[in-house]
Amino acid sequence: MKMLLSGNEAIAYGAYAAGVKVATGYLGTPSMEILENLVKYDEVDASWSPNEKVALEVGIGASMGGARALVAMKHVGVNVAADPLFTLAYTGVNGGLVLVSADDPAMHSSQNEQDNRHYARSAKVPMLEPSDSEEAAWLVDEGFKISERFDIPVLLRTTTRVNHSRSLVDVNIERRKREAKLERDVEKYVMIPAHARQRREILEQRLAALAGYSEEFPGNRIEWVSRDIGFITSGISYQYVREAFPEASILKLTMTYPPPGRLITDFIRQLERVIVVEELDPFIEDQIRAWGLPVIGKQLIPGIGELNLETIRAVLDDGKSNYYEGREEDDLPVRPPVLCAGCPHRGVFYILRKTGLMVAGDIGCHTLGVLPPLESMDTCLCMGASIGNAMGLQKVTGRKDVVAVIGDSTFVHSGITPLIDIVYNRGMTTVLILDNRTTAVTGRQSHPGTGVTLRRKEGRQLDFEKLVKAIGVKSVRVVDPYDLETVHTAVKEETEKDEPSVIIFKRACVLVDEVKSEPLMVTDTCDGCKECIWLGCPALSWGEERARIDPSRCPGCGICIQVCKKEAIVKYEQPDKGAGI
Amino acid sequence: MGVETKNILIVGVGGQGIISATDILAQVLVSTEYDVKVSEAHGMSQGGGSVNTMVRFGNKVYSPVIEKGQADYMLAFEKLEALRWSNFLKPGSTVIMNDEIIKPLPVLLGKAKYPDDIEERIRRRVTNLVTIDAGNLAESVGSRRAANIVLLACLATFMPVPKDVWYACIERRVPPKAVEVSKSAFDMGYEFL
Ligand SMILES: Cc1ncc(C[n+]2csc(CCOP(=O)(O)OP(=O)(O)O)c2C)c(N)n1
Repeated sequence: MKMLLSGNEAIAYGAYAAGVKVATGYLGTPSMEILENLVKYDEVDASWSPNEKVALEVGIGASMGGARALVAMKHVGVNVAADPLFTLAYTGVNGGLVLVSADDPAMHSSQNEQDNRHYARSAKVPMLEPSDSEEAAWLVDEGFKISERFDIPVLLRTTTRVNHSRSLVDVNIERRKREAKLERDVEKYVMIPAHARQRREILEQRLAALAGYSEEFPGNRIEWVSRDIGFITSGISYQYVREAFPEASILKLTMTYPPPGRLITDFIRQLERVIVVEELDPFIEDQIRAWGLPVIGKQLIPGIGELNLETIRAVLDDGKSNYYEGREEDDLPVRPPVLCAGCPHRGVFYILRKTGLMVAGDIGCHTLGVLPPLESMDTCLCMGASIGNAMGLQKVTGRKDVVAVIGDSTFVHSGITPLIDIVYNRGMTTVLILDNRTTAVTGRQSHPGTGVTLRRKEGRQLDFEKLVKAIGVKSVRVVDPYDLETVHTAVKEETEKDEPSVIIFKRACVLVDEVKSEPLMVTDTCDGCKECIWLGCPALSWGEERARIDPSRCPGCGICIQVCKKEAIVKYEQPDKGAGI
Repeated sequence: MGVETKNILIVGVGGQGIISATDILAQVLVSTEYDVKVSEAHGMSQGGGSVNTMVRFGNKVYSPVIEKGQADYMLAFEKLEALRWSNFLKPGSTVIMNDEIIKPLPVLLGKAKYPDDIEERIRRRVTNLVTIDAGNLAESVGSRRAANIVLLACLATFMPVPKDVWYACIERRVPPKAVEVSKSAFDMGYEFL
């Protein structure tokens, strides 16, 4: 039976069919639907880890134990997991291990667009790149086979357009039955230098064998048409090239590391002109050039952002293509994402803006606090960076009023260790944990602070207050972020102290806690001062002379009531006489 | 090459039911013998950002993404988004536009103006522009939330698939208690054109 599956659904299905026993990962767009789909199968032990390094280490343990393990994360997650990955290439596996790296060219939802194909080469692990869902499902299975046959982890590298596009997949395959056999092998799994040196040699032998296998791997194939022009391409770019140039020959690479050198050389020798089409860096191209072969690549194909049919057609515009040069509508108002109406982060940023503190920010929904009108964030680099950045800023500026702002999921991911640094090295930074009881930005998934597992079972809940006290932070407060007065006092008092402090702003994300109170409205006592407008709430807008509240969008959080100096905002049900909207 | 690939672009704002409308459309097309591909872009859509999905069907579809200037149909859930994406329209294509305005933050803050010549500007590109007040039509059959189904039904009149297939896919996709309202909303949109 054919089903329309997203790349992520297909990977989950493929992993299930391959008999995967353990699946781990940490959230991140565009990867999270892989585990969210795998957890639907009872036979698979699927769980969120606190971060990607832990996820990979759990996966490795499962592999050592003889089971097939799938570990999934977004591209930047692989940076966090890189430490175990590089040495895992030395130890190799027992049960197959597939690591999914979901890259995000064009940065639809990411802070950078790093090309993780380089990880395959530098960590010395084979890499597979699907170009649609059917291939993604197939490659998970192939990945496990390759992993076990060559005793090595396999990188399955996808991009947003593969993860989040849907195409037809044959779903008749039955789940493979596998016995997990634990093996104790100290020379293979204990990487003291003496053992690692041996494994280093063995790794090169395995790579050489893999290079041979890459020549015959059915995913690396030539589609012969013309002998004039040919393309070498992989991943989603294959789809664009195939559609744009039906008359061209294509060498489609699916195992892009190690690349099939003979196949590539033969292809290039038989054609007048060969163009390498790949998104982001010249990964395949550089390799081919290193072999001294003539190819065209990044001198024509953009290296920034995603490719698409237009860009590829433009490369070879022979007049016949329907390359589009239509006018964009350019003078339109932009529609940036905003903090939701009722978002508990809003009040904290409103106060931070008032106080003019230096704010080292972090990643999550709360990063929207940088946008107008709240504009209260000075830095945002990567997950967990806020706390260390604040510490460094404080060292140099000598200011006590540098604060770090971090979400609850991010604090667990990578905020605890830098907080230890602040306490240990006697910093004075105040850390604001925006505890909205969920990982909001990726679609509201649970994490250790919520105590609920991926399987929606009860896990053990992490208590932030006790944790930060145990680290040695003496000044800790828990504050309701809907209560602006208290938010203000807490921030003011804590930043004045000569010691580290933590304020936990605890209030569930409006999209998690469906309980809402009645909407609010603006009465005619509004004098048009626009103070409420500066909250940047999408339920509030500026009418001709006064503010307005859209009752269908207002969850009644009441933050605007507190900023209104005229007491002009009231509950919708009890309008002042004569007032209305 | 047989049937040429048809391209449908669906645009709007996070929270308008675009993803479920796209799901239903895609499932309907899968039940035909066509090849189907769907692409979704919804970065931080729950924050009210711009959302778009692309559905392509034909004998064999390669790219999941539609090329600029190549959309045969655009289903726009919001007017400003319709205009924003209008450069994807093919000459001679059809636009079904919801008569709804959702002001983006710069407009709410009074820093930008919401364009008042949207229909006109779209008409400069295509003649087939249908504007429909899907929210009110949906409300008249029970729930504003079914506006996405009303819009989908307008598009359905152009698709090579019988009505009962649409009903079946709606039944599978919407929560049981919303099935009846959704079907009435579908009829409403289907009869509109
Ligand atoms: C290493 C790494 N992993 C994952 C991500 C994707 N990501 C960015 S922030 C975030 C979590 C945000 O949750 P939280 O800290 O609770 O903030 P909220 O969105 O709830 O405000 C995730 C998963 C990333 N950018 N980097």
